[in-house]
Amino acid sequence: MLELKNISYTAGEGNKEILGGVSLKIDERFVAITGPNGSGKSTLAKIIAGIVPPTGGKILLDGEDITNCSVTERARRGISFAFQQPVRFKGITVKDLVSLAAGKPISVGEACSYLSEVGLCARDYVGREVNASLSGGELKRIEIATVLARGTKLSVFDEPEAGIDLWSFQSLISVFEKMYDKTQGSIVIISHQERILNIADKIVVVKGGRIERQGTREEILPTLLGTNVCRALTGEGK
Amino acid sequence: MDELEKMLLLQIADLHKVPDGAYNIRKNGAGDGRRSTEHIKIETKTDGKSGIDIFIAPNTKNESVHIPVVITETDYRETVYNDFYVGENADVLIIAGCGIHNCGVETAEHSGVHTFHLEKGAKVRYVEKHYGGGDGNGENVMNPQTVVYLEEDARLEMETTQIKGIDSTVRYTKATLEKGANLVVREKIYTHGKQFAKTDFTVDLNGEGSGADVVSRSVAAGESRQEFVSRINGNGVCRGHTECDAIIMDDARVTAVPELTANSVDAELIHEAAIGKIAGEQLIKLMTLGLTEQEAEEQIIKGFLS
Repeated sequence: MLELKNISYTAGEGNKEILGGVSLKIDERFVAITGPNGSGKSTLAKIIAGIVPPTGGKILLDGEDITNCSVTERARRGISFAFQQPVRFKGITVKDLVSLAAGKPISVGEACSYLSEVGLCARDYVGREVNASLSGGELKRIEIATVLARGTKLSVFDEPEAGIDLWSFQSLISVFEKMYDKTQGSIVIISHQERILNIADKIVVVKGGRIERQGTREEILPTLLGTNVCRALTGEGK
Repeated sequence: MDELEKMLLLQIADLHKVPDGAYNIRKNGAGDGRRSTEHIKIETKTDGKSGIDIFIAPNTKNESVHIPVVITETDYRETVYNDFYVGENADVLIIAGCGIHNCGVETAEHSGVHTFHLEKGAKVRYVEKHYGGGDGNGENVMNPQTVVYLEEDARLEMETTQIKGIDSTVRYTKATLEKGANLVVREKIYTHGKQFAKTDFTVDLNGEGSGADVVSRSVAAGESRQEFVSRINGNGVCRGHTECDAIIMDDARVTAVPELTANSVDAELIHEAAIGKIAGEQLIKLMTLGLTEQEAEEQIIKGFLS
């Protein structure tokens, strides 16, 4: 279980507040974090992964304080993170990257099975470099495959649907479901997509760096739908 | 042992097994084995220079020539001339490797001058690997020179790799291309410590429709210095492309000097150069997979130079 206690984060000149006193427990199967652009969702995800150090507050993983743990240490303790904008590497192949994620050399067959799960025709991709020759959508799927290959108890996805065509949406959702079957852990998804919110056990609405409300899908989803959805997701009418 | 050294060892292994096809092994300045084949003749030079002439018959296909050089003595300097004469429409692989293992405190130096004469329609893939090792304080120096003459429709692909171990190297490559000829160069260099590596390319695109693509990827670490000079002269309807892509680390210095000259309105010449440190987000991505920062760095460099 992951627990955030009163997490705050300020940045830039004048110490602009990005997050102010966020407290959150993540224990459910699927937790969706949603909210308008610039509300602090991605920062929150990066704070969980250890990429951004919070300016205040504590992070506990299974009761242990990991606030001062490095990115590497958190990864080894079972936190995975899928970037919103996947990173490109010259010379590193898709198979290399999936092997590094798996933490051991893997066979072409194993690499292929992860790639097939994210809807890539594996044979066309294993040998390719993770460089600018891949499209945004392809990179995004490979990014998800790296998290699959890790299979850790906590996986955080920052807008996994961005750049993935609607046609493959349903398979994206089944990727998350299969992943849960394997890891039995928690999957945190930052998303604006109703269809992803629809599978969430818990929905957290972040606005202006604070948790505006949180609850079960049944409690939160209706408040986001209809006219309210635009307000909540675009920040209009602040 | 880091990832890079493992890769290196694999390369040296290539030097130690007896190759298939024609070969000539040179060890500490003396012949250490030679085999000519029906289509590939290797002969000792008779003009007083140290080295060999390699004659590849026209239409020779799918054959290879290995010419490794090994130096294990300290305080040893040599200049070797190897001339390749490749007949019309031949298509061959030439592998040259030089390994210096200098355990002493003096300088060991190998300067190889390789000249390629490719006749009409001949194709050669030339692979050159350099390695220096040793636990003494002696310097390992290599100064390879490559001179290339490409006749009509001839094509030379040249892959050179120099990873660590060589303290000082200055590499000159000069190529002259006739009608429809093609030159492709892929260079990989890793320097560290106080090493110095300079590569200097001069390509004359003389013939109509000739083309050259010269690409260098390098990593400069420690206090090492690198210099990349690429000079392409377009003298007619031709295409020339040169690229320098370097990762810089620690207190290293890298200079890229493009020199493109178009002597014809139909010459299309392009130069690209990018020098920068490893992107922070690349390190972070690999760290989220559980690698330490140092492991991440090694993987990025290994990929970049693979």
